[in-house]
Amino acid sequence: MVRDITLGQYIPGKSMIHRMDPRVKIALTFVFIIFLFVASNFQGIALMIALMLAVLALSGVPFGQYFRSLKAIIVIVLFTAVLNLFYGSGTVVWRCPFFPVMQITDGGIGNAVFISIRIISLILFSSVLTFTTSPTQLTDALERIMKPLKVLHVKVHEISMMMTIALRFVPTLLEETDKIMSAQKARGADLESGGLMQRIRALVPILIPLFVSSFRRAYDLAMAMECRCYHGGEGRTRMKQLHMTRLDTAAIVCTAVFCAGVLFCVFRFPAALR
Amino acid sequence: MFVLETKDLTYTYGAGTPFQKTAVDHVSFGIEKGEFLGIIGHTGSGKSTLIQTLNGLLRPTSGSVLLKGKDIWAEPKKIRSVRFQVGMVFQYPEHQLFEETVLKDICFGPGNMGLGTEESEARARQAAKFVGLDEDLLNQSPFELSGGQKRRAAIAGVIAMDPDVLILDEPTAGLDPQGRDRLLEQISQYHKVRGSTVVLVSHSMEDIARYADRVLVMNKGKAVMLDTTERVFARGRELEGMGLRVPQITSILLYLQEKGYPVHPVLTVDEAVEELRPLLKKGRVRHGS
Repeated sequence: MVRDITLGQYIPGKSMIHRMDPRVKIALTFVFIIFLFVASNFQGIALMIALMLAVLALSGVPFGQYFRSLKAIIVIVLFTAVLNLFYGSGTVVWRCPFFPVMQITDGGIGNAVFISIRIISLILFSSVLTFTTSPTQLTDALERIMKPLKVLHVKVHEISMMMTIALRFVPTLLEETDKIMSAQKARGADLESGGLMQRIRALVPILIPLFVSSFRRAYDLAMAMECRCYHGGEGRTRMKQLHMTRLDTAAIVCTAVFCAGVLFCVFRFPAALR
Repeated sequence: MFVLETKDLTYTYGAGTPFQKTAVDHVSFGIEKGEFLGIIGHTGSGKSTLIQTLNGLLRPTSGSVLLKGKDIWAEPKKIRSVRFQVGMVFQYPEHQLFEETVLKDICFGPGNMGLGTEESEARARQAAKFVGLDEDLLNQSPFELSGGQKRRAAIAGVIAMDPDVLILDEPTAGLDPQGRDRLLEQISQYHKVRGSTVVLVSHSMEDIARYADRVLVMNKGKAVMLDTTERVFARGRELEGMGLRVPQITSILLYLQEKGYPVHPVLTVDEAVEELRPLLKKGRVRHGS
């Protein structure tokens, strides 16, 4: 059923991470990702992993959820890991008996492990952001972060309003699609059999009503917004002001300490990738 | 013999997930050929899920649906033919219109049945007549029609398939009082002329009281009552306990009955006049009490 598709992964909660300012969360997520690539040796990446585990634990989101988001990328991780096995220098561990060019070295194994850790951490860090921040908070924060672009005449408020509306209407439209599909099936529409062309043609009785109702909804929404004197972002105040709290300061300080540690490791120990 | 029958019908949404919810819980009932059955129930009582299992849009989690004595899921590949025999009009059916002209849209169902253009159009015209849609509207775009006309066109689209059982889910929602009376009158007319079976799901107890022969009451996924309309509405207090009510005039008569007056809880104003007249004559209606 169409309704089974879940969009937006927000998991409501009251943890420290949930309560952080979304702007800080977005900024720190970027810093994390950058430092994942700055950390060039196992000592540095160990620091990042420690930080990540702490953040995962603090987020109060069940580990099963993180596991599920990893499942989606397991193929990519395996693919890059296998490729990396064969690229690397050092002592040869195994050589393919048919193609002597293909060889696994201890350096290659190191690379594969290292790259896998990087990709997995990358996904986990961004999962923390999407799991603990509601879509509205996210677009709100993005609007504030992009505010400086106003100088370049980018319509920041309008863009973020469009994003909010789009996200809001995804479930509504899915439900609508479901209803229309049922109604046409009740009139004997055959959606499940036939060749490609036939199936595409079978979509017409669903797409047309869907378009019509989307336009109707858009008109209604525009009318409702105008009735409440919506006129774009100019001079608009917000009900929920974003505030940085001591929690955010603590998070920033913590991240800074870890990043300093990573930088120290980078200069103190040799790089892992060979 | 029942034209449509359910046996221990159960439908569970999201079975096997933490969100699982049983919407229809071991429901067994039969619809007799040619009857006008009303289905009432509070929002979320499982009415909509129930009727969607009746024409095979939802496959029951357990139990079965029998059409003329045959399990409709015996051959899953032939489920489409079941949908032609059990016609379903959803809430706000005008949202399903898509063709260039009203006539073509009404022909969509018959066309899917494999009928030729001529036969489809003949049926479409007849169906349009049943729902009171003017002949000259048939060549217009369905999107140019008024709200009420769109509703009629959409209902005609299901009637044109000439189903043995016609199921209507809240067909009058959002229509003005005159429009709803006319539409229900036409559906009732269709029921009488064609002699087909009609199932009406409605929140309006007045409508059910006026047209239904029997009423099925759903509560929390279970079928709690199935009886003639008079007898179901005579149990007004129980209905109120389920968040339903009885027609206004019936509730007045039930109240009088509780106070000890010799009246029957009838369903329409005309009948109520007959019930109350003798009381007034005898001067036994006292003030106060």
